[in-house]
Amino acid sequence: MLQNAWLVPSLPAAAFLVILLFGKRAGKSAAWWGITAVAASFVASCVAAVQWVQRVDDATGTSNGLAAFTKGVVTTNDVHHVVKPVTESVTWWQNGAVKFGVGTYVDGLTVLMLVVVTLVSLLVQIYSVAYMRGDRRFTWYFAALSLFTASMLTLVVAENTIQLLVGWELVGLCSFMLIGHWWEEPENSRAAIKAFLTTRTGDIGLMIGIIVLFFTVGSFGVGATNLYATGAGAHHDLLLAAAVCLMVGIIGKSGQFPLHTWLPDAMAGPTPVSALIHAATMVVAGVFLGARLYPVFFNGFSIASGGVNFMALIGGVTIVIGAVLAFVQHDIKKVLAYSTISQLGYMVMALGVGAWSAAVFHLFTHAFFKALLFLGAGSVSHSAGHTFDMREMGGLRKPMPITFWTFLIGSAALAGIFPLAGFWSKDEILVNAGANGFDAFLIVGLIGAFLTAAYMTRAVWLTFFGEFRGHGHPHESERLITGPLVVLGALSVGAGVINAAPLGLEKIKDWIEPTFAFPVVGHAAFDYPKAVLSVGIAVVAIGVAAYYWYRNAERPLLSGLTQRSPLARAGYRFLVNKYYLDDLYEKVIVGGIQGAVARATYWFDQHVIDGVVNGLGRGTTQLAHYTYDIVDQRLVDGAVNELAHEADQAGAELRRVQSGRVQRYALLLFGGVGILSLALFLTNTI
Amino acid sequence: MQWFDDSALTLAAFIPLVGLALVLLIPGAKEQAIKVTALVASVAAALVGVGILADFDYSHAGRLQFTIDKPWISVIKARYHMGIDGIALPLLILSMLMVVACVIYSWNHFPEPHSPKGFLALILLLEVGMNGTFIAQDLILFFVFFELVLLPMFFMIGVWGGPNRQYAAIKFFLFTLFGSALMLVSFLAIFFLSKHQTFQMNELAQLGGAGIAHGTQVLVFGGLFLGFAIKVPMFPFHTWLPDAHTEAPTVGSVLLAAILLKLGTYGFIRIALPILPSAARTWAPYIGLLAVIGIIYGALCCLAQRDMKRLIAFSSVAHMGFVMLGIATLTSFGLNAAVFGMVAHGLITGMLFFIAGSVQERYGTREMRRLGGMLTQIPRLGWILGFCVMASLGLPGLAGFWGEFPAILSAYSPARLAPGLLNGDHLLTFRIFMVVAAIGTVLAAGYLLSMYQRVAFGSVGAEFESAHVHDVHVPEWVAWTPLLLLITALGVYPNLLFHMSNGAVTNVSRIFGG
Amino acid sequence: MELNEFLILSAFLFCTGIYGVLARRNGVLVLMSVELMLNAVNINLVAFSAFTKNVSGQVFALFVITIAAAEVGVGLAIVLLIYRNLHSPDLDEVDQLKG
Repeated sequence: MLQNAWLVPSLPAAAFLVILLFGKRAGKSAAWWGITAVAASFVASCVAAVQWVQRVDDATGTSNGLAAFTKGVVTTNDVHHVVKPVTESVTWWQNGAVKFGVGTYVDGLTVLMLVVVTLVSLLVQIYSVAYMRGDRRFTWYFAALSLFTASMLTLVVAENTIQLLVGWELVGLCSFMLIGHWWEEPENSRAAIKAFLTTRTGDIGLMIGIIVLFFTVGSFGVGATNLYATGAGAHHDLLLAAAVCLMVGIIGKSGQFPLHTWLPDAMAGPTPVSALIHAATMVVAGVFLGARLYPVFFNGFSIASGGVNFMALIGGVTIVIGAVLAFVQHDIKKVLAYSTISQLGYMVMALGVGAWSAAVFHLFTHAFFKALLFLGAGSVSHSAGHTFDMREMGGLRKPMPITFWTFLIGSAALAGIFPLAGFWSKDEILVNAGANGFDAFLIVGLIGAFLTAAYMTRAVWLTFFGEFRGHGHPHESERLITGPLVVLGALSVGAGVINAAPLGLEKIKDWIEPTFAFPVVGHAAFDYPKAVLSVGIAVVAIGVAAYYWYRNAERPLLSGLTQRSPLARAGYRFLVNKYYLDDLYEKVIVGGIQGAVARATYWFDQHVIDGVVNGLGRGTTQLAHYTYDIVDQRLVDGAVNELAHEADQAGAELRRVQSGRVQRYALLLFGGVGILSLALFLTNTI
Repeated sequence: MQWFDDSALTLAAFIPLVGLALVLLIPGAKEQAIKVTALVASVAAALVGVGILADFDYSHAGRLQFTIDKPWISVIKARYHMGIDGIALPLLILSMLMVVACVIYSWNHFPEPHSPKGFLALILLLEVGMNGTFIAQDLILFFVFFELVLLPMFFMIGVWGGPNRQYAAIKFFLFTLFGSALMLVSFLAIFFLSKHQTFQMNELAQLGGAGIAHGTQVLVFGGLFLGFAIKVPMFPFHTWLPDAHTEAPTVGSVLLAAILLKLGTYGFIRIALPILPSAARTWAPYIGLLAVIGIIYGALCCLAQRDMKRLIAFSSVAHMGFVMLGIATLTSFGLNAAVFGMVAHGLITGMLFFIAGSVQERYGTREMRRLGGMLTQIPRLGWILGFCVMASLGLPGLAGFWGEFPAILSAYSPARLAPGLLNGDHLLTFRIFMVVAAIGTVLAAGYLLSMYQRVAFGSVGAEFESAHVHDVHVPEWVAWTPLLLLITALGVYPNLLFHMSNGAVTNVSRIFGG
Repeated sequence: MELNEFLILSAFLFCTGIYGVLARRNGVLVLMSVELMLNAVNINLVAFSAFTKNVSGQVFALFVITIAAAEVGVGLAIVLLIYRNLHSPDLDEVDQLKG
């Protein structure tokens, strides 16, 4: 399976084509084609994961005799076992004498991502069968989900950066299509376009980063790039430039400050889409890129030397910025969206502080509990009057026990409560940040933990406790919806065990962290005081928040304070307006370009450039007119006409001689004779 | 198959002419017979193209194949010299394909004033010129075909065009004629200044401007530049394009965008660069500058448009900017990207113009404010438009990407150029171009998506709510399916085209050390 | 007799004829004046013929008389037609050939 990893993305791709071509006729059953394909992909991914684990175990000597499945294990020295990734590629395009491939690059990170993406996609698609029932574009929805899964898997297995870019843009396309799924509403299509354009703005960076890396390394290959970046002769400045550019791409795709604004708006899409694309998979593509080309960032940002770097800074800022905004949202999906932004900040920060395995670990656990939370929110909305406004919820704990308990588990995992999945991964980030000398970011992480626990408490409280404030009769959702919730709930509880250091399990480090072309990164030991501290902070936050909303259940957030203090009111407005970033982007930048700049350019085109052209044309015509009027008509033709005119005049004068009277003629005749005679006489006499 | 090798290119160029003669012989009243004759002629030409495609030696794509070289006008040493290599082949095939698609598309809806006889005759005449330009290997022969294209397009716009057609037709004609006059002067200068006094492109390319002083070369290149840049069109010579496109009938717009613009870029790669390489090094930074200005400028003008067709016309300015940026780098990456970009732009923008025509036919307007909700009313056309919009904004996996990305890539490291902008630091110059071009891709996404949002999303306006609008017709399906399939195929497996162009492109880039 | 006497007579006749042609308005009188001029010429011819002993002058005179007769015939016919059309022999009224 490691050699044939191309099968994993191909199956959903085939499902996409089949649903697209025959889905209309098949109707409802088309959904199950997509589910079957992604289930097959999931199985294939699991096989690949098992094979990878065996390959690693073989290399490190912990094998149990299943080496027959794998091949090509290289051991460079006795101390450090290097497990080479399995790469396959075929020619895709060529330039000059060089051929560029398309293929698969399978290592621990790849198989981890394959499993996560296929599993979440499978659960979300099953959930969608019920959630999207009766939708206008039911089959199209499943076709798009299949295309998304295929694109995401293409990105994950990418053998080179161009292929990665292809997958990256295609998931963006799917995100666009699915956010705008209900495009009859202008709001939705606007959100879709916003998402697409914002991420594409980040893609400028990705594209240029890829180009810089290509000319630095001489290859698009992921392996070659990492090998170069870890090598001794690496050109540090170029790597720094590339890392900064790639970071811009990560900022766009993974909703980092300051390009995070599209992600909350992306909640206009169907909820399962938010769970799959805007929580578990697509938005972590940026983090995946950071992890995939980690040597570039590690070397470029000099992470080993400690101190503040661009990556960690962006991550840290995003944690706080996202978490704070989650407090002022009434829409439960937007709370979760800002939470996602904040959690992605954790991952990026983890990469920035040299905690690679912690970042990947958090990506892994976050995919499960955040998908769970979104699907839970969808379940709530589905049965509580199709609203996401928490002001119209409340008291749902009793009618919807499964949704409530799973949502609670998800929230606790997100808040980092021991022993749920989120605890282990978040704790590892914090511990490593401290151990690698990034104390400031450790503190940011702890602040983030406090805020996270508090806003999730608020969301849970408003949704499930108190009195029901909405309309209709809430009821528990059907099994197709609760089933995936239960599975994800179990994973949110148990997934952390994979790298639970105190239990002696460090499988992310052992199996997933690359040994081929990878910088030497430290791994901090489990730190009990810090673990207790972070859990303690979360518990305190929950307590404070629960007390606050228990007391203020009916009143809007901080209402008393905002009325009393103008400073607090200004701050609140600042938050409600999302730091005015949306205004800056939409009104100033987009509005300016689309309005004033575009109109000015077009005016310039029509009046200046076209004016020159038309002016030239008019000028030539004028010149022609002058030539015709003055030179031709007056001078040349004038001369000819003048001659004729003179002749005419002469004739007019002479015609008077011809009086018609015979006697006049005779007079002239004789007069003439007389004159002639006189002349003759005179000439003869002289 | 020796006879085929010997005569394939003559057939490719002149089968449409035979078709034209036959069409003219049939009385105008027999429309069906005229249509069938025109279709048969264009399909026959396309079949010759398929034969060439099958018989082409791809492992030597850089070598001229199917050559014909006979004396023609011996007094001026002009020869009937034709040949095809990996750069010309895809463009020739594109031209043949687009003509067939256009004939099929026009089947049931000829623009006013109806007259299929004249219309189809002009299309066939146009094909003679387009095919001939791509295969001519003699400067005079090239010029004849290059100019032959003008006439049918002039009449097509002037007779079958929109309300302002006469202005547009005359503007188009004069603008291009102005450029080609200077181009002819440059051809003559090349003839008289070069060592052997020849019009044969391959011989001139071998000489590579030897014996011509650098200053003279730069001037001569200027003439070629004007001739080709107007055709491309590059900023600031582009203003004929929006008017011509807005007024031209659908099929005219399609052929104009898909093929005619490529004559300019093809001229750069085939004639200007190899024949006058040292001048090309001097001109390259300025060409690159105009190219990136065109990218941003075209995009900004697009954002200000209300007419769908005019928007697509301006997007051509931006897209051809990428092609020209690739050419200006003088590297194999850039030139490969340029060839790919030409084909991709031909397919995609051709499709967009087809769709704009179909929208106009159905709704009677192209005003984007009045349109909307196409996806609900005519979903198939709406999806096809969405597909083409995505292809046009350079989405990877579709053809547009492979013209854009390598062009941006190539700007990172251009060939060795003569001192030019920024105190001759051409590396920095082109890297700035690269970033600007990359920003252009975002603007492209902006204007294309906002067009799509206005036209396809939302709900149908009250004006057209009760209108009976037909979804995609059969002739439209037949004409469009091959184009859509090609857009996808080239996007998924770009080597289909790169393995054709690469060999020929490296012949050119080798001159510049790339 | 001196030759001069003949010549003076002839000149007097000729001048009278010129006067008549130019001054008279009546067409018939103009014709008669023309006859006077012709006869003045005839006198000259005959006089020179007699003085030079050369008969050819007299022959010319005979021709002139003949032609004068014919001319008067045609001329009178024209005058008659003019009179018939204009009810006046006044030549001043005949200017249809005016340019």
